[in-house]
Amino acid sequence: MRAPASRRPEPAENLSAAEQKAEKARGRIGVGLIVPGFVFLLLFFAAPVFVLLAMSLYAKPPGAETGVFVPAFEVSNYVVALSEYWVPLLRSFLFAGIATVLALIIGYTMAYLVAVRLRQHKLLAAILLVILIAPFFSSFVLRTQAWKQILSDEGFVVEALRFVAILPEDGRLTATSIAVVAGLTYNFLPFMTLPIYASLERLDTRLLEAAGDLFASPMTAFRKVTLPLSMPGVFAGTLLTFIPASGDYINATILGNNRDTAMIGQVIDSRFFKIVDYPMAAALSTVLMVVILILVMAYIRKFGTKELF
Amino acid sequence: MRFKQRIGRWLVPVLGGLAFVYLLVPIAYIFVYSFNDAGRTNLTWQGFTFSNWLNPCGAPNICDALGNSLSIAFVATIIATVLGTAIALGLARYKFRFRKLADILIILPLATPEVVLGASLLAQFLNLGWELGYWTVVISHVTFCMAFVVVTVRARVSALDGRLEEAAGDLYASPRTTFWKVTFPLLLPGVVAAALLSFAMSFDDFIIANFNSGTFDTFPKFIYVAATRGIPAQANVIGSGIFLIALVIVVTGTVLSYRRQKALAAR
Repeated sequence: MRAPASRRPEPAENLSAAEQKAEKARGRIGVGLIVPGFVFLLLFFAAPVFVLLAMSLYAKPPGAETGVFVPAFEVSNYVVALSEYWVPLLRSFLFAGIATVLALIIGYTMAYLVAVRLRQHKLLAAILLVILIAPFFSSFVLRTQAWKQILSDEGFVVEALRFVAILPEDGRLTATSIAVVAGLTYNFLPFMTLPIYASLERLDTRLLEAAGDLFASPMTAFRKVTLPLSMPGVFAGTLLTFIPASGDYINATILGNNRDTAMIGQVIDSRFFKIVDYPMAAALSTVLMVVILILVMAYIRKFGTKELF
Repeated sequence: MRFKQRIGRWLVPVLGGLAFVYLLVPIAYIFVYSFNDAGRTNLTWQGFTFSNWLNPCGAPNICDALGNSLSIAFVATIIATVLGTAIALGLARYKFRFRKLADILIILPLATPEVVLGASLLAQFLNLGWELGYWTVVISHVTFCMAFVVVTVRARVSALDGRLEEAAGDLYASPRTTFWKVTFPLLLPGVVAAALLSFAMSFDDFIIANFNSGTFDTFPKFIYVAATRGIPAQANVIGSGIFLIALVIVVTGTVLSYRRQKALAAR
């Protein structure tokens, strides 16, 4: 996720006519290259988002059948959406936020182990790197279902936790918030680990030696050298984890219950397909997208590095 | 102090090691339960059998769903890789008006959760009156894979040494020859990585396909629907099989590049 590091030099003011012509021709090649992809994006990304916006304002005419709506400007859809579903909406961001922090801690440890500690052990590092991306090779839904069975009441995890009295005798993990957050953390972990790995891998370990020579303790060296240099990876990783996690509903459906673990994706899905209330589903989608854009923009403002976006 | 340092030294390997185990737990579970002698529902261990592996298409419709997913991932990857690579080249190397705007438009799909992407495309297809099925899933997958292709390839383009192209020009290579003989081969690893990523993401996507497939079945959708009544062990067989194939490909690639690096270092 790195923006071009070496931009071409700005064209000087006093270019000759021939050079200006060449510059223009290059510009035309650039436009030609991006046009097909952008036409696709306009048709199947930008236009759909506008259709979604429009649909979120549709109204149901009185007495109409289920699923029949007419174009309107029904702003009250948003009032209903927010007043009825603010709990799953907030919960989505809360769960995604906790999962992102957990994934950051776990992912950073793994990335640091492979990229810094095991730098000299090339083969071992290579093997661990393969394990790092291993979840990509197996199916998301299948993995989540496997977690459900591993965390089930008869599974060894629950029995062990009951044995050491972390869980009460009748305690359980499936159908709880803990299971949903654990599932989110697990499933989006590679998106966190890989960008951090990429930035730690480029870290010059001589800098750490230099810090040690200057009497910095390993902890101080980490805080003052390693961590700041890995920030672009942390930044990309947190975004790549938080955004999909907040819209995900596979984990909440498989690992949660329908009452107090419901996330906004579940609500949108059921509004669309079970209740066939398109305007409400569209309004909720719009709210989700707008909130995420605001959060992401604030995050980029606060922590964004020039290297990204 | 000594004690503290020793803890510091071992903390990262121990915790990191545990995290690697955690990463593999469900994958190992899926693999083990692919040998379960279970009837319809693969929930509790019934005994060891090879029969699921000998008959991976044994569960109704499972191989149709698998074939659909492979075909969609293949077509979507080709389209997304071609369009995305062109965009990456255009954005990284050429100047034109509205480039900043173009930058934003390409990043936005990455900042959009899948459920919103799926829902908006569904709204669009309903609006256009298109029938949901194979092609609507392909289109939706191209949309969400393309941004990843652009980001991956662009990193490669900006790491490119421009002097190599200048050298080609100095040796009287035409711009076209320079592109195909110098630029493209240098970009190829990035393009291949982007294509693999895009294939994996399309193949594994449930949410977007669920919105835009209608009654058309994909492999993740098959598992999701089956989950309510119990997933057949054949799903574990196919999941593990794909995992093993991908593992062999990646490990072979890693070993080859490891050997090459060693050979280069020895020279």
